[in-house]
Amino acid sequence: MKKTPLYEKHVALKAKIIDFGGWAMPVQYTNVIDEHKTTRNAAGLFDICHMGEIEVRGPQALDLLQLVLTRNLADQTVGQVKLSALLNEEGGIIDDLTVYRMDENFYMLVTNATPKDRDWEWIKKILQERKFDCDVKDISDETGKLDVQGPRSEEILQKLTAADLKNLRFYHFCRSQVAGFEAIISRSGYTGEDGFEVYASSNVIGQIWDKLMETGTDAGMKPCGLGARDTLRLESGMMLNGQDMDESISPLEVPYGWIVDTIKEFIGAAALKAKKSSGIKKKLVGLEMTGRGIARHGYKVIKDGKEIGIVTSGTFSPTLNKAIGMAFVDIDCSAPDTQIDIAIRETMTAAKVVKLPFYKRTK
Amino acid sequence: MAKPNPDDRYYSRDHEWIIYYSDGTALLGITDYAQEMLTDIVFVDLPEIGRKVVTHATVAVVESVKSVSDVFSPVSGEVIEVNSVLEETPELINQDAFGEGWIVKMLLFNPDELNMLLTAAGYEEMLKEEKESQ
Repeated sequence: MKKTPLYEKHVALKAKIIDFGGWAMPVQYTNVIDEHKTTRNAAGLFDICHMGEIEVRGPQALDLLQLVLTRNLADQTVGQVKLSALLNEEGGIIDDLTVYRMDENFYMLVTNATPKDRDWEWIKKILQERKFDCDVKDISDETGKLDVQGPRSEEILQKLTAADLKNLRFYHFCRSQVAGFEAIISRSGYTGEDGFEVYASSNVIGQIWDKLMETGTDAGMKPCGLGARDTLRLESGMMLNGQDMDESISPLEVPYGWIVDTIKEFIGAAALKAKKSSGIKKKLVGLEMTGRGIARHGYKVIKDGKEIGIVTSGTFSPTLNKAIGMAFVDIDCSAPDTQIDIAIRETMTAAKVVKLPFYKRTK
Repeated sequence: MAKPNPDDRYYSRDHEWIIYYSDGTALLGITDYAQEMLTDIVFVDLPEIGRKVVTHATVAVVESVKSVSDVFSPVSGEVIEVNSVLEETPELINQDAFGEGWIVKMLLFNPDELNMLLTAAGYEEMLKEEKESQ
């Protein structure tokens, strides 16, 4: 298994380590509920070094990205972050990723860990075919990433940087220093809370981690594992690549219609258009258990004795104190309040379709 | 650290404990080591009263936020009572795995099967070996 530059720190903290897409990652340090609530109420520190970073530079960097990504980036300002999707020719989602406009002709893509190599090969192939005047570079190995998430994350991070965090808007970033090391600070995340994603050289990310642990402890910050990251993102209605979607799923079938800008041409656009005109047959929805039980990934969704879908994510929500999940269901069973059953072991357990997200923070 | 394993009961290699009474009934639960491994228990799927199980059959399911784990009955018998308090407070298993966190009460079909199980000392020996082999 691959290890992040922070692996030894997790071991020293006695974290439980799991294999996440080939990476040895901490799933929890103490327990998921405590780490989850700590992030909602104070702040959580997450090792996200496993995610990928790809640089795109050159006079035609934007042209390449406009072709491979679904989101229109023409109006993206330097310092802005945009969520987008990378599609195959059939309109299937290779990856959902964030785009950082670093400079006029300079972008950074932040990819999910598992599809990173696939993204890289795909983008390189398109670049070679179309011969845009730009270069791409996989900087994942030399780039470290930490997420500081939660209502007290600004206060904690501000102690280690001269950047004006108060005036850094959501989905914007700045280049500054953290704990004396060059870093990119982005106000964004995957928890539904206010928070930051911090990028720095993998050589110094351990020192930034240590400084944050020192500074954050007084404010109630704790290290948090992928277990809490998963329950936090699910409560906030965010999907997990490879679990809630894969290359057989298009953005039209999941709540990603908003990152598809049909005013421009991009790879997969024609397929999406065809899908739309023939009608979408399945949709990803939120679900809430009304009977006793917890829906889990892979459980069948039943309506009037007929199999109508499959659970993609399911857990116990620590904030709401009930079992929640996401499922792919037939389009005619996708309206909120539709009564459904989840096949949990030998039992049909009652559930209903609900609107996403399950949780929204109060500002 | 896990609590000591009381020596008034038997243990399975799958981390269940079973305590046998002279009236032929037995209480079954999971060990403190098992609850420590599972951490935050949020749901217990209890069997129906009257369910008859063979040795090593799943008699209940314990779920943490992340995981789903079967509880096996190390012996054959009939479920005559369930700890329904766990429906509302599954965390009782985390708090008191050897006491208030018991899961089912059974009538054993063949108490001799208990002889196949481990004593507290034997269970601790097994945990030690597991740790060393990691």
